[in-house]
Amino acid sequence: MPVVSRWFIRASLVNLALGFTLGALLLWNKGLPIDSTLARLVPAHIEFLVAGWVIQLVMGVATWIFPRFGVRRSPYGSETAAWVAFALLNAGVWLAGVGPIVGRGAGAAILPVAGRLAEVAAAVVFAANIWARVRASGLSEI
Amino acid sequence: MPILTRWFIKTALVYFVTALVVGVAQAVQAPLGLPAVLAAAGPVYVHLLVVGWITQMILGVAYWMFPKHSKETPRGSDRLAIASYWFLNLGLLLRVFGEPAHTVHPAAGLGWLLGVSAALQWLGGMAFVVNTWARVKER
Repeated sequence: MPVVSRWFIRASLVNLALGFTLGALLLWNKGLPIDSTLARLVPAHIEFLVAGWVIQLVMGVATWIFPRFGVRRSPYGSETAAWVAFALLNAGVWLAGVGPIVGRGAGAAILPVAGRLAEVAAAVVFAANIWARVRASGLSEI
Repeated sequence: MPILTRWFIKTALVYFVTALVVGVAQAVQAPLGLPAVLAAAGPVYVHLLVVGWITQMILGVAYWMFPKHSKETPRGSDRLAIASYWFLNLGLLLRVFGEPAHTVHPAAGLGWLLGVSAALQWLGGMAFVVNTWARVKER
């Protein structure tokens, strides 16, 4: 498993823990009310679990197990691109998930948009980088 | 494929079908005059899919396919893995029955079902994270 996949997968586990913790708080609060303002955590709960956990895990595992390139180029494609996708996705998750909670005034509206844009950029970089690895298994000509 | 993985995946498949049936039941609830509890099952529908189907499928496949923890304990702690299966599923089942009932009958004193469900699902998720962390390695 390449280093970047380990970072993707460990970050996805952290997001699973965060998403489940927020989810448990929300569900507990629904049955045994603690504080009505906890409902503000819903966007972060969704963001951590959908993008931070599921999507990030898929990206990490795909980078690890898809058919590799041969000896004349990096076996996992561009490592730089993979790291850029990792950074953009995680920045996006935090901006889109936590932005609405911590942002004030215009920031509360701008941060989630910036987060979504970062997630789109992560998807584009990831897709472009892994595109050529979606092929038959076996030795690559490159 | 280890036995626990088979349990995770088969249970995930049951939740997958169940979730889609709940989705259909929700769609026809008003036109067919079905019980109001179905109209309150929106969050259950989403969590059957995201927790019961997708997350549980991932847990089962990760337990099976991730790099071995060690020669002696290739899949980490079996106790933690089994605990994650039971906590997650008992918690989710409590939610499936408890949440719509609590929404429709808020004075019936069923809120504790959601509290217990929240705690169980949280424990299940944490057990998986702790047990899997050390298996995220080169080989």
